[in-house]
Amino acid sequence: MNVNDSIVVVLAASAIFYGTPLVFAAMGELLAERSGVLNLGVEGMMLTGAVTAFWAVQHLSGPDWLVLLLATMIGGLAALAVSVIHAVLVVGLRANQIVSGLALTIFAGATGLSSYVGNVARLGGQPAHHEYTAINVLGLADVPVLGPILFHQNALVYASWALVLVALAYLHRTRTGLHVRAVGESPQTADVMGIDVARYRYAHTLAGGLLAGVGGAYFSLAITPNWIDGMTSGAGWIAIALVIFAFWRPELTLAGAYLFGLFSSLGFVLQARQVHLPPEVFASLPYLMTVVVLVAVSTGWARQRLGAPAALGTPYVREER
Amino acid sequence: MNPEVTAGAVPAVAMRSITKRFPGVLANDSVDFEAREGEVHALLGENGAGKSTLASILTGLYRPDAGDIEIYGRRVEFHSPRDAMAAGVSMVHQHFRLAASLTVADNIVLGHQAAPWLRASPRTIESQVTDLARRYRMPVNPTARIWQLSVGEQQRVEILKSLYRGARILILDEPTSLLTPQEADDLFETLRRMTAEGRTIVFVSHKLEELMAVSDRVTVLRGGRVVGTVETKSTTPPQLARMMVGREVVFAQSKEAHRMEGGEVVLELRGISADGDLGIKAVNDVSLAIKAGEIVGIAGVSGNGQRELAEAISGARRRSAGDVIVDGRSLRNGDPEDAIARGIAHVPEDRLGTGVSPSLSVADNLILKSHRRAPIATRGILRRQRIAANAKQLMSRFSVSAPGPDTPTRLLSGGNVQKVVLARELSSRPRAIVAANPTRGLDVGATESVRELLIKAAAGGVGILLISEDLDEVLALADRIAVIYEGRIAGVVPRDEADVQRIGLMMAGAPA
Ligand SMILES: Nc1ncnc2c1ncn2[C@@H]1O[C@H](COP(=O)(O)OP(=O)(O)O)[C@@H](O)[C@H]1O
Ligand SMILES: [Mg+2]
Repeated sequence: MNVNDSIVVVLAASAIFYGTPLVFAAMGELLAERSGVLNLGVEGMMLTGAVTAFWAVQHLSGPDWLVLLLATMIGGLAALAVSVIHAVLVVGLRANQIVSGLALTIFAGATGLSSYVGNVARLGGQPAHHEYTAINVLGLADVPVLGPILFHQNALVYASWALVLVALAYLHRTRTGLHVRAVGESPQTADVMGIDVARYRYAHTLAGGLLAGVGGAYFSLAITPNWIDGMTSGAGWIAIALVIFAFWRPELTLAGAYLFGLFSSLGFVLQARQVHLPPEVFASLPYLMTVVVLVAVSTGWARQRLGAPAALGTPYVREER
Repeated sequence: MNPEVTAGAVPAVAMRSITKRFPGVLANDSVDFEAREGEVHALLGENGAGKSTLASILTGLYRPDAGDIEIYGRRVEFHSPRDAMAAGVSMVHQHFRLAASLTVADNIVLGHQAAPWLRASPRTIESQVTDLARRYRMPVNPTARIWQLSVGEQQRVEILKSLYRGARILILDEPTSLLTPQEADDLFETLRRMTAEGRTIVFVSHKLEELMAVSDRVTVLRGGRVVGTVETKSTTPPQLARMMVGREVVFAQSKEAHRMEGGEVVLELRGISADGDLGIKAVNDVSLAIKAGEIVGIAGVSGNGQRELAEAISGARRRSAGDVIVDGRSLRNGDPEDAIARGIAHVPEDRLGTGVSPSLSVADNLILKSHRRAPIATRGILRRQRIAANAKQLMSRFSVSAPGPDTPTRLLSGGNVQKVVLARELSSRPRAIVAANPTRGLDVGATESVRELLIKAAAGGVGILLISEDLDEVLALADRIAVIYEGRIAGVVPRDEADVQRIGLMMAGAPA
């Protein structure tokens, strides 16, 4: 048997494939949280991205790559538009971040705005006209072991790797990145140092929305190239858990996303190999892990040590004590 | 301090008719303030007099409702701290403005507009910081993270931050409140070096002695208005105190120091240790015995385990080792109810957070410790009339001024909240009181009454453990002084042998 068909290689490749939407969504959430804004609306924003991107591939025509690029951007921008609501409410009007985020998911998510759009545009049950497919990079797809894992993935996977590198460099090597960290840690300090706290928080909340939308588009354009109401099935929540799980660090977020990707794909891969276990067991694994992680990190002990941005979730008003 | 300061020149800072209103308070009422180039100008006033507000207006953090500001004769209007910084004005806030998880170097360059988009290599920044630190003799390690630094070091970072930005006018808001006496002296030395370079210092404080030592002139604020500006040379502490308070002040009342030979031990700490909130050992093997009628002071710089020690005794925090013994029997670990029942009263440092339940009425707060027993409760039913009568009686005995017993406690002033706490604790007939920073943030009048209450309680045979970051307070009240450093008792001295210099060294961790 070809080594590339071995279960380890197949699992590794599909962990990356299924983990990628989480990389986008979690990296967006990470940027928002680093600036001090908690956005629990990720699920809603992802679903918005999924439905608008799918609408776009059905209605745009042109070469695959162009349509997919435009559709992904449209998905991202639609989710960004949703995140504007959150940003205005919590940064501008200082509403409670948890309430606003939850409202966002309810408003934009499954059975909300995204399903309305999908139903009105009759997107359900249609096969996608364009979809992301694996690229054989430099013809290395058949290289033993590494080929399927690293050189035979779709374009968004490669984009997500670039994203992680850019996020890392941004946070630690640029002046603006330093400012973001200061704004999330102590907006009082940032303010007296002449940094515009509100502007940074707006910008990063919107960036978070954009990336959540791209993550959502991945579901409708790469994973199951079609549209189903609520198709992200909780990936937004997993992304939020992932940020905490990764201690707000981009590189660990990537690793964590692939771990969750592994759990998501375990069911299919084993089934394809005639390992018969109740599918519910596998289907529930990522969520079970999310619950475990969230319980573990929400203890007082962990909160103190994990390096959460100190001002996460707290509004800042200059003349208020 | 600088002989070249001349009265005729254009002032470095001129604030005219500054008015600032917060909901319900007039924090600054048509304030005029001038500082000359190269002087240390002290801003004196009690808590709430409006000093920090005026300083924050000068640095662009608050917008004044009315009034003008001139810097070196040029009319300015600051919309943000960045504008003020551009005009050379910078401030070291009372509560430091530092991002705890970032390094010293990062905090110093934060927000600096001249910095390149791609950050200069950390090493370049670090060497710049090291140079600056050497020039002003304020040693700091540029690669350390803020949370790893002592308060004194953090303050140096704050000052370096201002100097890095080229501040010509530096405002320091109560800069010595968290420093040991030696650290304060070092700070004064730095300030002198800065004024010698022609920089202007606005030094906010309510401590008379240090103003006398460090300033050229003093402007006194009271209730948001300027009482007057005087040359330091031609004034005296009693005169300043009178200006500040508006009446004669009896200087910090003190207790006769007693050497308690013999006498019965009411509270004994036997080798107690406890972990802080981060799970790191905060109290390390503390042993002390407090006798009836004795006040034992615990002096130390904030954050050396004082809060954890108080909580470990009162049962609010579990001890990891050791015993608290009251009248010969040890208290159950981590059980405040047992401590209360055995006569331990606790005056916590966070009055509104843990001292009272802020939204309950004064009357209800006064029965928080007696609501389980008759006469306040009989068969599980609270007796409202008795609660009201109890409140009336305690409020008059402890002169709590509040609109009425039903007023929510959070609406009271700090001094009155503290009196409510003391009324509740003292009326429970305690054997011993653990008081943590009982006068912090109170004005002179309230401080006086709180100290009096403690002295009276001791005279009545209660043993008192007075944990205070205000060394003067410990020196005024305690019979014996224990110095705490990093959770350990660094030494214990009777008051009549106490020597500020030596205590200061112990507070800074030097071996006694
Ligand atoms: N940001 C604020 N919001 C509301 N009230 C404030 C604020 N800052 C100060 N005050 C009030 O203004 C008065 C003056 O306060 P402050 O300037 O801090 O006094 P000081 O520094 O002299 O102790 C106080 O009554 C205080 O409660
Ligand atoms: Mg103040």
